[in-house]
Amino acid sequence: MSSATKVFPDAASALKGVIRDGLTLMSGGFGLCGIPENLILALRDSGAKNLTVVSNNAGTDNFGLGLLLKTRQIKKMISSYVGENQEFERQYLSGELQLEFNPQGTLAERIRAGGAGIFGFYTRTGAGTLVAEGKETRVVNGETFVLETGLVADVSLVKAWKGDTEGNLIYRKTARNFNPMMASASPMTIAEVEELVEPGTLDPDQIHTPGIFVKRIFRGVNYVKPIENRTVRKRAAA
Amino acid sequence: MPWSRNELAMRAAKELRDGFYVNLGIGIPTLVANYIAPGMKVVLQSENGMLGMGPFPFEGEEDPDLVNAGKQTITQLPTSSYFSSSDSFGMIRGGHINLSVLGAMEVSEGGDLANWMVPGKMVKGMGGAMDLVAGVKKVVIVMEHTSKDGAHKFKPRCELPLTGANVVDLLITDLAVFSRPDRQAPFQLLEMAPVVTLEELRSKTSAHFKA
Repeated sequence: MSSATKVFPDAASALKGVIRDGLTLMSGGFGLCGIPENLILALRDSGAKNLTVVSNNAGTDNFGLGLLLKTRQIKKMISSYVGENQEFERQYLSGELQLEFNPQGTLAERIRAGGAGIFGFYTRTGAGTLVAEGKETRVVNGETFVLETGLVADVSLVKAWKGDTEGNLIYRKTARNFNPMMASASPMTIAEVEELVEPGTLDPDQIHTPGIFVKRIFRGVNYVKPIENRTVRKRAAA
Repeated sequence: MPWSRNELAMRAAKELRDGFYVNLGIGIPTLVANYIAPGMKVVLQSENGMLGMGPFPFEGEEDPDLVNAGKQTITQLPTSSYFSSSDSFGMIRGGHINLSVLGAMEVSEGGDLANWMVPGKMVKGMGGAMDLVAGVKKVVIVMEHTSKDGAHKFKPRCELPLTGANVVDLLITDLAVFSRPDRQAPFQLLEMAPVVTLEELRSKTSAHFKA
């Protein structure tokens, strides 16, 4: 194995030397779909505190980032929707937790811009609302646009379906969501994958996240993938 | 007699046109998918990263990697595609989605929408609603005409924090339908639910509208 290998045996070793109190982290996923389950557990076990976490949602009371809220490891969240987590609502309303709401598309674009080296962008989203308060605005052709800035983090935790030892990633279905942008928006992106393969196994034409963005990678284990709202339809009677 | 939830969804579905790309919000808006006219091709977008949302899966075929924006299990169609959240909101913000149906807590006579926050009480977040109303060509709102305690919801100004300013094109309530041809025009009463009178409607509406 070359000394430049990106491959680690598990989540705990992949976080080693990276995690400390007060970090800003990005964590991929939409609801509980496509979240880095292994890394969140290892982060909880690391005991790191005063974390700022950028994630579209905050998990549920008993899964995902909700686990880190329970242990009070998170100081601040930057999210678009946290309605599935009562502990979150309680901590926020009591002033224990700081919260910055971003419209979902603005959040996605801020992360994309951060990763692409773009300082900021003007968007129609949020003009005339609380979101625009204190932000620079510009009126173009009678329409108001709000300046939103690019977002970067110290560490990004992402989850992919397949990855190779070079860090190339492929996501599956709607588990892609915020993961690709987050992978690009920090100097230390750690990816957990369900299948870790040798280079040449994945079709280069199908790679969603090129390996340049991924610094560490490991094969995750014991995926739970809880379903938040199980909805089904009946089969027509035979 | 006020319209039922399903009747509201049915009314909203009349706004769909062949070939439309559509984003449906959570709640009554989701039901609109049940009333797409036979033979009409409508592609449903889910802002978490999918075009061509299929129906709920058969029991036992749920896939945790395949959910809609309400975190419900769904299925893919032969026409489906998946993409990242930034591509998804590029479609939304960039004006590529023809129509969106959303719920509301308040709508103002100038077309302002409030549907994401009750200060000091409800802290859930706006999700994708602000992006949708800022970027989608036609915004259809479905809501109950008044709150449970009778408070007006279609009023001169919204009191709750806004989701978007001057963004509503069509308002469907359980009592009536109001539309405006463009975002400079006032709302015009279009239809009323059975047995509802203009007098009753006015008594439950503080917003100005053309009758």
